[in-house]
Amino acid sequence: MFPANFGYIAAGSVEEATELLAKHGEEAKLLAGGHSLIPAMKLRLASPRYLIDLGRVPGLSGIIVDGETLAIGALTVHADVASSDLVRQRLPGLTEAATAIGDVQVRNRGTIGGSVAHADPAADFPVILTALNASFVLQGRSGRRTVAAKDFFLDFYTTALAPSEVLTEIRIPLPPAGAGSAYAKLPHPASGYVVVSAGALVVRDPSGRCLSAAVAIGGVDNTPRRASATEAALQGQPLTSEIIAAAAAKASEGSEPQDDLYASADYKRHAATVYTRRAIEAAVKRAGA
Amino acid sequence: MTPGNEGTIMNDERRTISVTVNGVKHRAEVEARTLLVYFLREQLALTGTHVGCDTSQCGACTVHLNGRAVKSCTILAVQADGAEITTIEGLAQDNALHPVQEGFREKHGLQCGYCTPGMIMSAVNLLQANPRPTDAEVKHALEGNICRCTGYINIVEAVKWAAERMRGDHVSR
Repeated sequence: MFPANFGYIAAGSVEEATELLAKHGEEAKLLAGGHSLIPAMKLRLASPRYLIDLGRVPGLSGIIVDGETLAIGALTVHADVASSDLVRQRLPGLTEAATAIGDVQVRNRGTIGGSVAHADPAADFPVILTALNASFVLQGRSGRRTVAAKDFFLDFYTTALAPSEVLTEIRIPLPPAGAGSAYAKLPHPASGYVVVSAGALVVRDPSGRCLSAAVAIGGVDNTPRRASATEAALQGQPLTSEIIAAAAAKASEGSEPQDDLYASADYKRHAATVYTRRAIEAAVKRAGA
Repeated sequence: MTPGNEGTIMNDERRTISVTVNGVKHRAEVEARTLLVYFLREQLALTGTHVGCDTSQCGACTVHLNGRAVKSCTILAVQADGAEITTIEGLAQDNALHPVQEGFREKHGLQCGYCTPGMIMSAVNLLQANPRPTDAEVKHALEGNICRCTGYINIVEAVKWAAERMRGDHVSR
């Protein structure tokens, strides 16, 4: 299978990429690792007239601590997130999500920024990043803005990115002492994509009660969704298995899953409960006894 | 704006790329839409790299791009401009098979052989990073390679056999 013909432009800088996007509008697509876009182009689901490759733009990959924030360049590949000691120590839930994506070869090419900007409802990073209160740096022709994950994912494959903006960085607040994060995924057995997944960030106080909990679920709605009822049910409570299970049971409250070829809406709701419980339990364990 | 990037791009444009494949430098003209696997197979005649599913699932097209295992059916040749590539043809040295190739022969890690080049490239990539993998680690590393014949048991054995050889702690027979 071959993509339709296109004009290939290797952008030299983010500024150049934004200019090219502005010039070519809907006819252009950005190329990062290409592990969603190239398959779509081969299937002729996408046939951009211009492909603007970000792969040669310097400074777009790497993982650093910037004050109280972990900053990940948009072109950082999944394998580098998965193998980062810094990520494993501070945000093990992100390590789990990175490791759960695709396979070795896919993780060697696919990028975190590409995954976020593509906004596939069956992707892993959008879910854990929503739980971790991440925000995304978007660079346009007239400057930069930062958008929180909860405001970024709008619908299936639809984000807050404006047509000529480039996602350059993922910023995640480093959790305080007493915090733990985790990601639990039910993968489709053939494709490996998310059927249902859950990410959790739990902060305990010294007495063992829940100081704050952020829980996001994926696969249930068109975008990752915060499980607000679950979060509220944990707030201020002792983090026992019973309380966690009762809170997780509310995971899909307010969501409207659809039946698909693999799973019914009821099955997804049930799986959301199970995987939410697992993610919270793992996060609590990491938050210290 | 970078010279040549004015956006006056012809849709059937061709580009010149430079790549080093198995230690040999090549300069070649490719269509922008040429996939790396077809460049390797059809322009360089390196047909050891296979096209299996052609949808980034099966791993038959696995090669090393700057030292990492990748699926060459999902990379444009232009994205590989300037890169170092190793294909299955680049593993044997001085007519001696790579230990992973030997392992697949010794442990009968194949039947039809179609997936084998990709399996071997993934296994080599694993052993470069992890010389002493457990069974679970071998299976995790080969998740992106599908075999429809063997049931994988002998493939895992082959990789472990090779790991032992490469560590040098095998008992010679």
